[in-house]
Amino acid sequence: MIHQYKLGGLPIVLDACSGSVHIVDDIAYDMIALYEEKSREEIIAAMLEKYGGREDVNAEELAECYDQITELKNAGKLFTPDTFAPMAGKLKQKTAGVVKALCLHVAHTCNLNCSYCFASQGKYHGERAIMSFEVGKQALDFLIAHSGTRHNLEVDFFGGEPLMNFDVVKRLVAYARSIEKEHDKRFRFTLTTNGVLIDDDVIDFANRECSNVVLSLDGRKEIHDRFRVDYAGNGSWEKIVPKFQKLVAARGGKNYYMRGTFTHANPDFLKDIQVMLDLGFNELSMEPVVCAADDPSALTEEDKAVVMEQYEKLAELMIRRRREGRPFTFYHYMIDLKGGPCIYKRISGCGSGTEYMAVTPWGDLYPCHQFVGEEKFKLGNVWDGVDNTAVRDEFAACNVYARPECKDCWAKLYCSGGCAANAYHATGSVRGVYAYGCDLFRKRMECAIMAEAVRMMEDDK
Amino acid sequence: MKHIQTLNTRDLCESAKNGGCGECQTSCQSACKTSCGIANQQCENKAQEE
Repeated sequence: MIHQYKLGGLPIVLDACSGSVHIVDDIAYDMIALYEEKSREEIIAAMLEKYGGREDVNAEELAECYDQITELKNAGKLFTPDTFAPMAGKLKQKTAGVVKALCLHVAHTCNLNCSYCFASQGKYHGERAIMSFEVGKQALDFLIAHSGTRHNLEVDFFGGEPLMNFDVVKRLVAYARSIEKEHDKRFRFTLTTNGVLIDDDVIDFANRECSNVVLSLDGRKEIHDRFRVDYAGNGSWEKIVPKFQKLVAARGGKNYYMRGTFTHANPDFLKDIQVMLDLGFNELSMEPVVCAADDPSALTEEDKAVVMEQYEKLAELMIRRRREGRPFTFYHYMIDLKGGPCIYKRISGCGSGTEYMAVTPWGDLYPCHQFVGEEKFKLGNVWDGVDNTAVRDEFAACNVYARPECKDCWAKLYCSGGCAANAYHATGSVRGVYAYGCDLFRKRMECAIMAEAVRMMEDDK
Repeated sequence: MKHIQTLNTRDLCESAKNGGCGECQTSCQSACKTSCGIANQQCENKAQEE
């Protein structure tokens, strides 16, 4: 399967199943479009008719172009057949019974009251609660016990607002560090915070122990403060921005993400990206809101065209700033075409419910943070392990080839079937697809690949 | 005349032979938390890197 598109002045051809990316001229672009339908002679004739007026175009030249395409096909870089379907289930089985990442909900409570929060202000539609050290410690023991031969283990401190339970967070990290060597493991900790409680102690801890920190900022003050307010209704922008700046300045090159959410209020989110850049942040993420379709924050069909345009302009801005020596990263445009994920990862996806699980403050296990509070998805708990084998098996069977809608999508090996939670909320099934999200994803991939292609070609020069 | 420039990319068919060590980052573990995509993950298979 191939995908052809023109973006940023570049005609691009992707070969979905080999992962090859070709930058072509207009003639090759048109020839490739006809290659599987017409004969060599028919294609050359059609190209002569279209491009024959050009001085550099003749039958011999066109034949050469055609032969280049055939060479690529024979080399497994164009029109590569999809042979992965039969191995999809088997590849995913490699993760059976192995858990390597936990999202620890150390605080089901929050010091902000953001109306668009998918976690209902940290409560996940339940009671406010914080995780005890004993529950967290058991979660870490559960992770080690079920991690098999995996060396890298990931733990995200999540909420609600995890810094509302910072003492337990610190104690859990100290505990993990004290046992990782004897088990031949390496813990990678991440922290997702709204910033309100950041102080020097937090900065020191985050920069010493966390491989990544995710800092919630929606960009423009008026956009941020529209939703991200405290319980008195006061915006949080003024309070958190200096804290984020201090934390990032002290980070010493370690990763962070300034992570925003865009909603119906700001489909023109590039303005918010620009504000983040102006504030000195250059590792950015901006996510479409996740909420019910009838929520006033939900993105509409009309918003989609705006969002698509923003994605294109964002890619152009990245290219421009890189050339100016002022680069920045955008989470969804970070794509390593040479060293990216293998086919196993591309088929298996995010690992929710299998190698990745969320832990509630009272120690229950869920397939991921977005399923917490959906009682029927409860997998078990950190003491007894997974006992809801029906749900576990449902997630274990989730792969890109298990979704009929993905069969003919060129982007399936970049998204691996998408987010099970988004699919569930949109269709009632974790094996469904969230079509709106698919449209945005495909656009993001087109932009990401274009921007990376430009970078690779310019670096080669 | 060269009509096609092929970028140096990882061969996914080849990766089926030695892939699947499972050491790479869980895709939702940082940054997004609300949408899935694996394209931005780095391969951590040391054998592949070598």
